[in-house]
Amino acid sequence: MPNVPGMLPDLTAPTPPGILVKRRIAKVLLVDDLDRRLLEIVQGDFPIAERPYRVLGECLGISERNALDRVRALANSGIIREIGPSFDARRLEHVTTLVAAKVPADRLDEAANSISAFAQVTHNYGRDHEYNLWFTLVCRDAEELERTLEEIKTKTGISDIHELPAERTFKLRVNLGF
Amino acid sequence: MTEAQIGIIKALRGGLPLCEEPFLEPAQKAGVSQDELLAQLKAWNADGTIRRFGAVLRHRRAGYSVNAMGVWNVPDDRIEEFGRAAAASEAVSHCYQRTRFSNFRYNLYTMIHGKSREGCENAARRISEETGIADYALLYTTKEFKKARPVYFASTSEA
Repeated sequence: MPNVPGMLPDLTAPTPPGILVKRRIAKVLLVDDLDRRLLEIVQGDFPIAERPYRVLGECLGISERNALDRVRALANSGIIREIGPSFDARRLEHVTTLVAAKVPADRLDEAANSISAFAQVTHNYGRDHEYNLWFTLVCRDAEELERTLEEIKTKTGISDIHELPAERTFKLRVNLGF
Repeated sequence: MTEAQIGIIKALRGGLPLCEEPFLEPAQKAGVSQDELLAQLKAWNADGTIRRFGAVLRHRRAGYSVNAMGVWNVPDDRIEEFGRAAAASEAVSHCYQRTRFSNFRYNLYTMIHGKSREGCENAARRISEETGIADYALLYTTKEFKKARPVYFASTSEA
């Protein structure tokens, strides 16, 4: 079957059930082998160049147009959320911290959503513990961090809340999910 | 940071447009030439200011779908040794020492990834066996409320 970017395999041809299932999976993911290789490059090291899709095309032996169309299709199908830089917060002179909060179970969603609304909140997870809400803050400086935390306390009414900056980093693996 | 550099960072919020010359529009927004923008991004990429320039994927299909925040109560004089051992585990993506608080006695945090809860538990058990640190807990995610790239130089307190 020819590689047509963003196009689905022909699902109309009669096929044995097992194969149909595989094709349905392919339909959901919209990814073929070339897309997979493209994703790998685009995810780890998008070319910083005037014509990045020309560079990508050269890497994969396809045209610039084809590379761009494939990335567009991957974005349209929701697999790619955005393409851009992941900065080291410290090198941008920002401060980061983890915060643990104890929230009444019946208020968890409401409190979490109002916390998520802050631009400085990057990760916010409910966890199965007495401290049931854990979020990270990235702020311009210590003053903004304290102010944000105070605003969060005021807005949510949560008082059992603890700021836990890293005292030491032993490992920070570049997260490809992000 | 210069104003031009901050301008570039802000212009790249939300990612590149999907077109043949995706750096043109951010350069215009930042008020710099495309060459200047590309040179700055390359410099940041080289010196580690940019950890990675690439796509954020919505679905991770790597198979590591479960994650647990493993927290450990490590005696202060063994932090160094334990931190290194935990960081050496493939299943651990992040490993930090943090202050203990109120009745929460744990001071070492590990983000553990696995294909299942059992995978996370096995990874934690291996670290525990290797180090002899037996006082730990795995806090599993009950709900992901937010996972986003940071907004640097946010001018207002709320998004």
